[in-house]
Amino acid sequence: MKELLREGEFRNPSGCAIAAEISRDGRRFNAEKIIESMIPMHDRSNGLGGGFSGYGIYPKYKDFYAFHLFYDDRHVKREVEEYLKERYEMVLSEEIPTRKIPEITDEPIIWRYFLAPLKSVLRSAQLDEKEFTARVVMHINTKFRGAYVFSSGKNMGAFKAVGFPEDVGRFYMLDTYEGYSWTSHGRYPTNTPGWWGGSHPFALLDYSVVHNGEISSYDANRRFIEMFGYKCTLQTDTEVMAYIADFLLRREGLTPKEMAEVIAAPFWTTIAQKSDEDKARLTYFRTVYSSLLMTGPFSIVVGYEGGLMALNDRLKLRSMVAAEKDDMVYVASEETAIRIMEPDVDRTWSPAGGEPVIVKVKDGAY
Amino acid sequence: MTSLSAKALNHKSLNEQIRAAGKEVELTDVWGQRFIAAGLSDKELTIHGTPGNALGAYLDGAVINVCGNAQDAVGDTMNAGQINVFGNIGDAPGYAMRGGKIYIQGDAGYRAGIHMKAYKEHIPVMIIGGKAGSFLGEYQAGGVIIVLGLTDDMKKIVANYPCTGMHGGKMYLRSRCKGIHFPHQVTTRIAEQKDLDEIEDYVREFCSIFGYDADEILDADYTVVTPDSKNPYQQMYVAN
Repeated sequence: MKELLREGEFRNPSGCAIAAEISRDGRRFNAEKIIESMIPMHDRSNGLGGGFSGYGIYPKYKDFYAFHLFYDDRHVKREVEEYLKERYEMVLSEEIPTRKIPEITDEPIIWRYFLAPLKSVLRSAQLDEKEFTARVVMHINTKFRGAYVFSSGKNMGAFKAVGFPEDVGRFYMLDTYEGYSWTSHGRYPTNTPGWWGGSHPFALLDYSVVHNGEISSYDANRRFIEMFGYKCTLQTDTEVMAYIADFLLRREGLTPKEMAEVIAAPFWTTIAQKSDEDKARLTYFRTVYSSLLMTGPFSIVVGYEGGLMALNDRLKLRSMVAAEKDDMVYVASEETAIRIMEPDVDRTWSPAGGEPVIVKVKDGAY
Repeated sequence: MTSLSAKALNHKSLNEQIRAAGKEVELTDVWGQRFIAAGLSDKELTIHGTPGNALGAYLDGAVINVCGNAQDAVGDTMNAGQINVFGNIGDAPGYAMRGGKIYIQGDAGYRAGIHMKAYKEHIPVMIIGGKAGSFLGEYQAGGVIIVLGLTDDMKKIVANYPCTGMHGGKMYLRSRCKGIHFPHQVTTRIAEQKDLDEIEDYVREFCSIFGYDADEILDADYTVVTPDSKNPYQQMYVAN
């Protein structure tokens, strides 16, 4: 039997669909509406990838890292479990429940673990638990052939597959999960063959990214981020974005707005028109993080604990619409997807290129 | 009038039903179907819901009324006819249009009127009632773009980089355009009476469709933008 090509083993030189919904009050709801929102945007994908991220979905295990893994076989699963048990207390290990439907085929072994890092291991590694966990994810994804961690945050989870997004949502039974924030993606891969691990969202710790577009600065961004221990294994530009989000937001401690000013930095001519204070900050960012400027068309939603950020490239070469209704904020590639989730929104608007839409859930509500 | 529910129809069967229907068609439950009325002539269409991208692409004489917002690439390469949007419009409306009219009550997204062109009596017209996004009239080669700025917000009448690569046609912005930067291959000046005479009929028609007082809207300072070079690309290449 011909083996399916992996991401990174093949490249042909993206149209995609993204959507998100979030409650600023931290109200939890299931994924039914966001799954439906992908239906009118069906033609933006080609069936080679779909996925969702839900935040607040594991309240019972909210203090544990929720690892979602794809395995090719039982053998590598045993090896990875051994590796994990040396480093974490494993409070639960189970198959991720799926619904068997004809639209989704060839699934790998799909497993999840709820994990707490062992204190003794953390002490000897002299790392905080997030950094330790990020390194464990990188290690598994590069050293264990046939194993892939595709979600590793607390009280959140990414779910993805090869298929159309509306089918992927049904496959993972996302109508049975409740979260305060959901993001979704329908894929039309143009650079790589479309493998389960290459579907969106790309996630590391609680940061997840769904993306429509093509980053022409991918290699420059990758070379920079790999200096900090991130390993890009899949040749897809969204992977590097997830690592950049983790790097800027967690390790460098930037705010989401500042992250937008780095990756979609304004043109020098625009900076020249700003106040002295803004000019100084923007010039600093363009100097220090010049290799993290992302060129080429993109619209993205970055999800994280307690909020999300939607952003377009600075020339706005991909479509994105935002809307709000009471405590809810919606973002999508097309307005019709928003109208499916909420026909009667209070306000819709088109964010300008490089102008982030940042939504924060009320403190204490998540 | 024929009333058609677009629910559960894909763009292909929806367009087939529109073509098979009578002269006046009312569409309901439109959920993002693309290419609605593509190439259509000789019909009047009223749309309820949210039409998908490339509404009225290659339109050839039909009239479309959208009761709400429209998405991206409305009137792509349209040839003749009219599209009235009772709401906002997405990016790149009127892409390379070469005839007919697009009237938008609200705001337009990025790149409205990109590469509009004209030939003899075929002069496309776009009126944006609200504000326009960046790159308005990018590579404009012909036709008329009018922005009225009637929405009540703090935004400038047009965002960044208007008229980039403009080399034909005419643009009217109902504002003195203080603080708006235009590229150096275009000339801007305050409209004279004879400039306004050229657009008066269009503005009156727009006002009667959307219910504004035309005299009041015409009685304002308009900035006129035209290209000032026969060879706008010259300065972009190295002389050799």
